[in-house]
Amino acid sequence: MSNEPMHLPEEPAQERELRLVALRREAESRGKVKVRGIRPEGAPFPKASPETGYYGIPLLKPPQWTHQIPLYFFVGGAAGAAAVVSAIGHYVGADRKLVRDARYIAAAGAVISPALLIADLGKPQRFLGMMRVFKPQSPMSIGAWTLLGFGSAVSAATFAGLMRERYGPSFPMAVVENAAEAAAIPLGLGLATYTGVLIGATAIPVWNQNVGDLPLHFAASGLSAAVGMLELMGHSKNRALQTLGLGAALFEVWEGIRIEGRTHTHLDPLKHGTSGAITRVGGALSGPIPTALRLASMFAGRERGSSLRRWAGASAVAGSLLTRIAWLRAGIASAQDWRQPLEVQPYPHDKVEPTDKSRARQQTPASS
Amino acid sequence: MSTTAFLTDSTLCIGCKACEVACKEWNHVEEDGFEWSGYSYDNTGAVGASTWRHVKFVEEPPTPGIGGNAGEQASWVFSSDVCKHCEVAGCLEACPTGAIVRTEFGGVFVQPDVCNGCAYCVVACPFGVVAKNKEDGRAFKCTFCYDRQKIGLEPACAKACPTESIKFGEINQLRAEAQERLQVLQERGMNDVAFYDPAHTSVQGTHAMFILRGDPRTYNLPPNPEVPTIYLKKGWASAAVAAGLLLGGTLLAFLTDGTRDGR
Repeated sequence: MSNEPMHLPEEPAQERELRLVALRREAESRGKVKVRGIRPEGAPFPKASPETGYYGIPLLKPPQWTHQIPLYFFVGGAAGAAAVVSAIGHYVGADRKLVRDARYIAAAGAVISPALLIADLGKPQRFLGMMRVFKPQSPMSIGAWTLLGFGSAVSAATFAGLMRERYGPSFPMAVVENAAEAAAIPLGLGLATYTGVLIGATAIPVWNQNVGDLPLHFAASGLSAAVGMLELMGHSKNRALQTLGLGAALFEVWEGIRIEGRTHTHLDPLKHGTSGAITRVGGALSGPIPTALRLASMFAGRERGSSLRRWAGASAVAGSLLTRIAWLRAGIASAQDWRQPLEVQPYPHDKVEPTDKSRARQQTPASS
Repeated sequence: MSTTAFLTDSTLCIGCKACEVACKEWNHVEEDGFEWSGYSYDNTGAVGASTWRHVKFVEEPPTPGIGGNAGEQASWVFSSDVCKHCEVAGCLEACPTGAIVRTEFGGVFVQPDVCNGCAYCVVACPFGVVAKNKEDGRAFKCTFCYDRQKIGLEPACAKACPTESIKFGEINQLRAEAQERLQVLQERGMNDVAFYDPAHTSVQGTHAMFILRGDPRTYNLPPNPEVPTIYLKKGWASAAVAAGLLLGGTLLAFLTDGTRDGR
């Protein structure tokens, strides 16, 4: 012990005193205090064991992407699909206005996508790092190069199209337009599908367990968004778009059945919590609602049908955006579940009491 | 050239965290934020962008023979965790810029001047090691003290370890040493000792091996870590089918559409 007198603060720190008062009030009113590190008596104390992992601390790191990334998945997916629609329409001689509007969606996407990615990276020059190497085993590298090529092809096609509209047909511009559209097909297909591989080839269970499904799901989502946008731009009487929109919506219905109809633990983030709610709302807006509206529009009159299709289109656009957000949120929830990577069975009390139906399903060999 | 490795022996670890401090000082790693976890003396929880070495505190009810404590106190097992420097590394495969490289010593190194902060390595790591520094934006993890190894020194954590719980050396020699050590421990009656080096999965072994007591899951070590590149084949096959359907469907939709103007 030192002989110096104990040093007392001259006046009690006001802030800390108020904090003590607040804690006391909280304890009085709720019977417990919610602060990290403080647990009410009798609560299960976290343990480190083979059954409980390391105090239940998640092994995996959650995706550290900003909200721009699901937005990019949405914009890139719609732009990729719109470029395919525009190119095919251009070659088969579809409505010129439709081809032009689809091209505008693709071009807008080609401008917005890198902007969103740069916002995520923080500094514009960091995007140039993606152009340092081409790495076939990295879906991120393939995606960056696809986006770069896509932007070039789509802007060339848009430029040539504008020139044709303004100055009339000319041979050099026709060559540019046809070549650019030819390049836009594979690049657009790549842009609309690669994001599924990107998140599928990761350590996150909900993503990698669905890797065989995600590219198909994202392609359908991108197509339904592109079709929806075109319908909202005034092409709600085009029959080809109706066929495409209906096809994509039916695929999304099937996707919903695939998620809801199976009881794998790795699908839990798509059914429970906030990510589950967003998945369900996004799924309903992408699948059943547009399907029903499109079917109804077939039997309605010309004007009424067109209005129904615009509603279906709006629903599909919103559904596509929510679906992308849902998958990212599900990835975060999945990474925070420490049980899956440690191969620990879920606690019985965490699970909803299984119904007879799901119990019967569990007994049959699960299909994956 | 022979490659190097860590062998972290948890039966020798005393939980002093000298490795954490040495790592932070040598590599100028920022602080982790002063927060109490509330359930053990481990207040950092896991390795991350600002924690490259991390001592795990496994607290158990008083068990004779574990932790060497008096009977009434909690028994402790400590284990110093670190980047595993996988033989086939998910982060390295995923990195789109080529910032993550394999060094001549066998370690996996993130070149800070090349990393662009895309954070794809974060979700590609099956051990949850590499993380993004929120302020800086780039990804960080254990460098395997590449700078020190370059001039013939052992990594800072191994040098600072007072009980030689962290061993550093040539990888095959350490593997042999680990087997010898396991035998010695088993002869002493420790029947729950285990060697953790996931060579049976797509990771194909690591450059940071562990001697543990009991199940690796207690220490947040996955029994079967997999490199995410194993999912690529299925993913691209699905993408090809999706592309085919999208292309074919669009073509079909336009060709069956009666309203074409036909130019």
